[in-house]
Amino acid sequence: MRHLMSPLDFTTEELDKLFDLANDIEANPQKYAHACDGKILATCFYEPSTRTRLSFESAMTRLGGRVIGFSDAGSSSAAKGESVSDTIRVISCYADICAMRHPKEGAPMVASEKSGIPVINAGDGGHQHPTQTLTDLLTIRSLKGHLDNFTIGLCGDLKFGRTVHSLINALVRYDNIRFIFISPEELRVPDYIIDMLKEKHISYEEVIRLEDVMPQLDFLYMTRVQKERFFNEEDYIRLKDFYILNADKMALAKEDMLVLHPLPRVNEISVEVDNDPRAAYFKQAQYGVYVRMALILTLLDLA
Amino acid sequence: MLNVGKIEEGFVLDHIKAGKSLDIYEHLQLDKLDCTVAIIKNARSNKMGKKDILKVECDINMLDLDVLAFIDHSITVNVIKNGEIVEKKDLVLPNQIKNVIKCHNPRCITSIEQELPHIFYLADPEKEIYRCKYCEEKYTESAKKD
Repeated sequence: MRHLMSPLDFTTEELDKLFDLANDIEANPQKYAHACDGKILATCFYEPSTRTRLSFESAMTRLGGRVIGFSDAGSSSAAKGESVSDTIRVISCYADICAMRHPKEGAPMVASEKSGIPVINAGDGGHQHPTQTLTDLLTIRSLKGHLDNFTIGLCGDLKFGRTVHSLINALVRYDNIRFIFISPEELRVPDYIIDMLKEKHISYEEVIRLEDVMPQLDFLYMTRVQKERFFNEEDYIRLKDFYILNADKMALAKEDMLVLHPLPRVNEISVEVDNDPRAAYFKQAQYGVYVRMALILTLLDLA
Repeated sequence: MLNVGKIEEGFVLDHIKAGKSLDIYEHLQLDKLDCTVAIIKNARSNKMGKKDILKVECDINMLDLDVLAFIDHSITVNVIKNGEIVEKKDLVLPNQIKNVIKCHNPRCITSIEQELPHIFYLADPEKEIYRCKYCEEKYTESAKKD
């Protein structure tokens, strides 16, 4: 039985298979409409995340399966003090596969150790969010046709943003990727990631101004400055508007550059960018459903 | 000069940093063993000035000494059989350490799930970096002292 805890749990060859399957689902949705008939997905969300939860629910529903679950810790047995280990043992009796989000880092791994069914980490604190990374990779691969030889700019909260950390870790496995990190001093990429890039001799640059690097980028990955990652409101208000992508900045970019964003966006991408053909973030949300469908099929051995 | 007699079978852990022998005693869980243990504190040492020594009289297969490498790999481990040193053990960093140090990341699941063991894995043998199995937080010297 396999679980998904980190995007690195799959080899690049396994990811290729997963993405091929996701692309086939995209092209032939009818073929998969009953692939999970009679199967149940449990969405165990100990903290609110409408988007990820609905994406999982949509994925399972589109496969013909059904969904049970809870969407915040208050409405689950965790409020009564039940451990994650006990909860997953019980959920294993009710469902065939589980997607778990938890504010504590490593909680889905604890669940996977006690579980009788595959567990998907749907986000654990600031640690991992592998299905977002799979979504990002599938989007890049589907829209460009490959996962190597490009320059990607990552912009915004690079210190606390787990999606950014996971994406970097996943991309370093492909050839000739160059990173440009665009952030304020306070929100720079953590040292351990910089150390890893140096060790692997991967080219990177850290800059403060988005405008300076726009012409170099093949992809721009925008992120939100998340309020909940800050301990005081003042810092949040001071930093949140630093990096706003608008039509003026887009005018500096290559014609085939693509803008990605894990969503939800607050104001870091101006709505005027939405109509630009290079804005790929809503398409990315669509790929999120396809990749979760492919993942559910793969972990249930139905692929 | 204090004299502690020879042991027939067991271990002599030499060159322990002065004052650290009780930490080692605890990590090796010697309190749980029904055997003779001599703790020598602040012994004179040409190399170190002062050092601690632990002598443990027991079956040589009884102790898991891997954890010593993690605590302090300058410790010399002498294996004794029939009153003689039969081996000087090289300490190798263990791939995994269980319940020796605690994860201090307040966001880690180990901070709330009480029965969970605190497991760290060797993430980088060259730099001797251990990370929490669950949250991957790097352990620091300050965590080691606790």
